[in-house]
Amino acid sequence: MFTPQIFASILPEILILALVMILLVVEPFWKVDQRRNAGWLTAGGLFIIMIVSLLFGQPGEPTSVLGGMIRFDWLGFFFKILFMFAAAVTALLLMDHEKAGQRGEAYVLLLVSLLGMNLMAVSADLVMLYLAIETASIPLYILAGFLLADDRSTEAGFKYLLFGTVTSTVMLYGFSLIFGFAGTTNIYKLAEILAAGNLSALLAFSVLALILVGIGFKIAIVPFQFWAPDVYEGSPTPVAGFLSTASKAAGFAVVVRLFFVAFPDFAPSWTLILAALSALTMTVGNLLAISQTNVKRLLAYSSIAHAGYALIGVVAFSQLGAASVVFYLAAYIATNLLAFGVVMAFSRVTGLDDIKDYAGMSRRNPWLALMMLAAFLSLTGMPPFGGFVAKIFVFAAGVQANYTWLVIVGILNSIIGVYYYLNAMKYVYLYRMPNEDEENHPIPLTRSYAIALAVLMLGVILIGTVFAPWFSWSDAAALNLY
Amino acid sequence: MNFPILSIITFLPFVAAVVMLMMPAERKTEVRAVALATAAIDLLLAGWVYLQYLLRGMTGYQFIETYNWLPALGISLKFGVDGMSAPLVLLTGIVMFTGVLISWGENNEHVSAGIQDRPREFFAFLFLLAGGVFGVFVSLDLFMLFFFYEIAVFPMYLLIAIWGWIKTREYAAMKLTLYLFIGSVVSIVGVLVMYWAQYQNTGVLSFDMLQMESAGFSSTFQYIWFLPVFLGFAVLGGIWPFHNWSPDGHVAAPTAVSMFHAGVLMKLGAFAALRVGVMLLPEGAKQWSWLIMTLAVIAVVYGAYIAFVQTDLKYMIGFSSVSHMGLVMLGFSTLNQNGLTGAGVQMFSHGVMTALFFAITGMIYDRTHTRMIPELGGIAKVMPFATIGFIIGGFVSMGMPGFSGFIAEFPIFMGVWREQWFVAVIASISIIITAAYIMMNIRKVFFSPMPVTLEGHVGDITVLDKVAISTLCFFMIVIGLFPAVMVPMVERGVENILRLLGGA
Repeated sequence: MFTPQIFASILPEILILALVMILLVVEPFWKVDQRRNAGWLTAGGLFIIMIVSLLFGQPGEPTSVLGGMIRFDWLGFFFKILFMFAAAVTALLLMDHEKAGQRGEAYVLLLVSLLGMNLMAVSADLVMLYLAIETASIPLYILAGFLLADDRSTEAGFKYLLFGTVTSTVMLYGFSLIFGFAGTTNIYKLAEILAAGNLSALLAFSVLALILVGIGFKIAIVPFQFWAPDVYEGSPTPVAGFLSTASKAAGFAVVVRLFFVAFPDFAPSWTLILAALSALTMTVGNLLAISQTNVKRLLAYSSIAHAGYALIGVVAFSQLGAASVVFYLAAYIATNLLAFGVVMAFSRVTGLDDIKDYAGMSRRNPWLALMMLAAFLSLTGMPPFGGFVAKIFVFAAGVQANYTWLVIVGILNSIIGVYYYLNAMKYVYLYRMPNEDEENHPIPLTRSYAIALAVLMLGVILIGTVFAPWFSWSDAAALNLY
Repeated sequence: MNFPILSIITFLPFVAAVVMLMMPAERKTEVRAVALATAAIDLLLAGWVYLQYLLRGMTGYQFIETYNWLPALGISLKFGVDGMSAPLVLLTGIVMFTGVLISWGENNEHVSAGIQDRPREFFAFLFLLAGGVFGVFVSLDLFMLFFFYEIAVFPMYLLIAIWGWIKTREYAAMKLTLYLFIGSVVSIVGVLVMYWAQYQNTGVLSFDMLQMESAGFSSTFQYIWFLPVFLGFAVLGGIWPFHNWSPDGHVAAPTAVSMFHAGVLMKLGAFAALRVGVMLLPEGAKQWSWLIMTLAVIAVVYGAYIAFVQTDLKYMIGFSSVSHMGLVMLGFSTLNQNGLTGAGVQMFSHGVMTALFFAITGMIYDRTHTRMIPELGGIAKVMPFATIGFIIGGFVSMGMPGFSGFIAEFPIFMGVWREQWFVAVIASISIIITAAYIMMNIRKVFFSPMPVTLEGHVGDITVLDKVAISTLCFFMIVIGLFPAVMVPMVERGVENILRLLGGA
């Protein structure tokens, strides 16, 4: 029964679990001031796991394994690599977090959440999917509220928990309805049964709506976005970065697989709903971002808006659409982690998070300012950074699918984006510190930050310039959805 | 032709920008030296491309380089120049070189000219901009054209906002960026629509503009999409009524950036509007040429009139740019040989001329700390060299025979006359207004008695400044005296456009 293929399909998860075990065993023996080394261990371990997976864990023809619970294909594989990359970077950023970085539990929780996300990307069965989502979410609830002494962090954790459980229950209700109507929980069998036409459009519609609640929460689209700014603001910055990238991308992995595979017959109706939600999400996210004064809240609203852009690719419902979503998420993960990384590096030294505190930053650390510029311009969608190409691909997919109006909405929104991203950069480059000489207030980077940020910066530029390999991977990931 | 000269021209500034950012911030002189060396190499290479094209009597697209970038979507890195773009590549080289020269400046107890605050970052951003500009002029692939177009837009924000004139820089930089970004994203929708329409018509998935020329877009399609594409780019070309960002941007920008902005960036918009709008959607261009002509003639006259009433030297030049770029658009709108040739030469001529104007204005401002025309006077005594340069620029601006402005404007008016004679009559009013304000200002700024406030502490410009001024004047005079060094070349580029327009 246990063939090499099955082994290969869950190879990364097995290794992650092993890494968790090692961490749990080793960490208590370290002295308190050495415990931040758990970050090196996590990041290094994940790096090795990524290489091992790339060497031995590559999928061939897409197959369902483990009794149809898991789909072994490029879509899942590509997302897994993305998640592991994001988690490794997050571990590096977490290391020098004053309060969270010294505690091994943080890394363990991060890894367990990663495990759940990996499974989200490959679940081929609704039961498995639900388990995976919960596995990914519960550690994140704890991580968001990790700073016990900090009221905002506790509030963030609790808010995230409440919203998360409510929406996931609603989604579970949707799942159970599907099982009631179709008699199966397997996503791939579901497609056949639905194609046979046993389910009325209205029922399918309501089921989809229920499921959308849960997923909409994960990817933070309007009207399920309320938690995002508060949670990002309150949770430790690296965790916020992880929430806004990997967690969101995991939600998108589910969206793509579920909607493309299980509900292709209802595509005309759900693409329309998603198109409306996408337009709303972009607009609300961008409009609310304008007036933000806290950089983490700004990034929270911007990440809401970005979920809207990425949805355009889902709405396009085509090969290129799916490929562009995957590409978009790859570019977005690198970019947003870079943005949060810079915020983390800045607040570690200064303890400040408001945009106005960034005044004179380009004189205090020119490289950090340059990285922030790269991240923000990439979010704006300017070349030569990843965000530009990603946006063009999504827009191209939208135009191809005759959703030109949605693309126009997207483009109007990018214009709003230019305004507030550049506005933030104005503080970094243009303004000076009040009554202080910047020379006396440098912002040194620790080694882990330097590594993480350099890798991300390189990634953002590479995705934006040499985009052929990334696109062919995204394309391969999208290939087997039909 | 295997030597990848166009790629080198395009990517050298990017490499230089990275190298400069790696250098220690306090090594200002070394940073400037790297910048100057890079600019000089780029100028030489651009000049070489230009001369080759001219002397070998090349036609069509030459120096073509193709690298498959993303075959799945038909994106390739395809470079090449024709008679239209080769002069603009040279222009960019000239402005880049002179821009670095005048930004070197000097810094002593008397005067602080040029860029003294963080020159490393300044030159790095300036070179990103320059690389983007080169990229647009040489790209034959629509995706890459866009890629470089956007690269050329965003450094402007930082360059103006950080090193600009303190009073208006934030406002002007944001206004400029928003205008340009709106323009570019509007045309991006058009471009994507064209891309898929081509796929439907021909089954070819490609951003290659040479292929798109034969995509067979239907008349209706061209009618609908010509305006967004053309106007989207033309915003950067300063077309009325979307010109508003431009004078504000000029005024707020530091000197070298003003030179780039007026000298090269506005050509970028006009050039992209021509290349993508007119050349890929020729039917649309024919149907809408009346509108473009109307907007252009308004820009020509209105710009000249507004320039006439300005009291700030930079605003005056800024609005005169709007007026002169209106002539370029007017040339485009004729869609005939004379008009397009004139527009091609005008792009080059105006680029050099405005760069010169802004350079000299910057030098004057750095030493007198004012740009208000009523407060200036007697500059000719202290800066004789700059005065001569300004007068030559003035002659070009007025379209005096013997200077490049004449070679450019005369065919434009001929072309317009062939289409609509009364438009030519209206537009020619601008020549008189231009002559009036140029003469008046030269008299006031350079030859009236020097106000007491300036007496005694205004010095002459540096040697590097003089080199920059001479370089710019050289090109204006050579083209004026020997039109054969440019006109036949542009004509060969225009032939290609006329072929697309159906051999009119």
